Amino acid sequence: MLEDVSAALSARLDPAGATWLAEACDRVREGRQALGALFPAVGRRCGRGPLGSPVAELCGWTIDDAARTMLLAAVPLDGDALAGEIEALYRHGDANERRGVLRALAVLDGAGLGNRALPLIRDALRTNDTRLVAAALGPYAVRHLEPAAWRQGVLKCAFVGVPLAEVAGLAERADTELARMFADYANEREAAGRPVPEDVRLVAERKEA
Amino acid sequence: MRIFDPHIHMTSRTTDDYEAMHAAGVRALVEPAFWLGQPRTSVGTFVDYFDGLIGWEPFRASQFGIRHHCAIALNPKEANDERCVPVLEVLPRYLAKDGVVAVGEVGYDAMTPEEDRAFAAQVELAIEHELPVLVHTPHRDKAVGVRRSLDLVKESGIVPERVLVDHLNEVTVGLVAETGCWMGFSIYPETKMDEQRMVAILREFGLDRMIVNSAADWGRSDPLKTRKTADAMLAAGYSADDVDRVLWRNPTEFYGQSGRLLLEDLEPAEPSALYAGNSILRGARK
Repeated sequence: MLEDVSAALSARLDPAGATWLAEACDRVREGRQALGALFPAVGRRCGRGPLGSPVAELCGWTIDDAARTMLLAAVPLDGDALAGEIEALYRHGDANERRGVLRALAVLDGAGLGNRALPLIRDALRTNDTRLVAAALGPYAVRHLEPAAWRQGVLKCAFVGVPLAEVAGLAERADTELARMFADYANEREAAGRPVPEDVRLVAERKEA
Repeated sequence: MRIFDPHIHMTSRTTDDYEAMHAAGVRALVEPAFWLGQPRTSVGTFVDYFDGLIGWEPFRASQFGIRHHCAIALNPKEANDERCVPVLEVLPRYLAKDGVVAVGEVGYDAMTPEEDRAFAAQVELAIEHELPVLVHTPHRDKAVGVRRSLDLVKESGIVPERVLVDHLNEVTVGLVAETGCWMGFSIYPETKMDEQRMVAILREFGLDRMIVNSAADWGRSDPLKTRKTADAMLAAGYSADDVDRVLWRNPTEFYGQSGRLLLEDLEPAEPSALYAGNSILRGARK
């Protein structure tokens, strides 16, 4: 997945942004500069537009999400130390930095992160910021989040207006309990005379399938 | 008509306000950090407040097609509480953030030695982080407060072009005009300034370095006072270009010195933050 991020990014970065990011990654990799000072500057240096990658896992990603993922992938830590660094960046980050951390979890999963970043996923799912809710339900959540919390997260997406196409692994992980929850939600909306979004109906109807 | 409100506390306002502001032409704003009415008792509550100013509130504003920026500081009133002063140590973390376009509101409330120290320390931080400064001037003993603020600014070595002295009126505008600092006016329903008096000041002092805000907050205030001042300018014979200068170009020039003002078209916002199908509007309105 890191290769996909890197490829999509090189198509979108301008020369100044690419140079800055390469230098920043080197500094982080060699332990010459703390990530805390570089992380907030990513949007200003690299840009914030849509990443525009055709890769399904990168649906909804922005350029700064991808650049932050590259920076995090350069951190020469693993296990508890890596988890500690990630948590500090998330806790002290603005909404864009937090989203960047959440996006990167799928890539960092391979570096022995295990389920140590789950508290960040839960924190993001408690917010009402659609950018954070969407980013929290990526491949990392598919692998590590327990079923009840994952279902609640998906239902929350429907409530707050995150397109369900952005939810990773929905087709594979949706179960009859999720379909029941969505069917109840659809009934509730119909009873109130409100329209039922098409993506909600699709999940609700999985039960019969 | 496009309007930039350079000083408004949206944390205290409703979504109705956001809608009305957008309809009136407000497309961007700056929310300075200030007192919340109820005194804070710890650094932690400042951190939560600052996180809101760079997190939830910009998101909320984006739902209504308005770009939200903020200024971060320990305000003068709470600079007098020793439980709050250590917040100065966490400020550098926030002054590095994208949406932070100034240090503010700093300045004086009761003009105590504690306020002197916090004010001076934060102007230093602004120089270090290459940010402009928003200076609040006191309600009580205002002229003395303005003079003392200008003295502190001069001593600090910050260039006057990077300083906005706010809440001015007929008595204090002249003191600031001669310094090269920017002049801010808060248009209020009762206190501070009103639209007609603002137009009279513009007639006397010209449009250069003049900035008009609503400073709307949790008190009796009106988030549409920027638009009402624009209308009063037009009624008084000013051109649409003059209005654009005072209500848009002047504030964007001042805060633009941060290099962090984001004014590209933001409708629609990012793909997952849909205007019509979002966390605030859906369910709550239909």
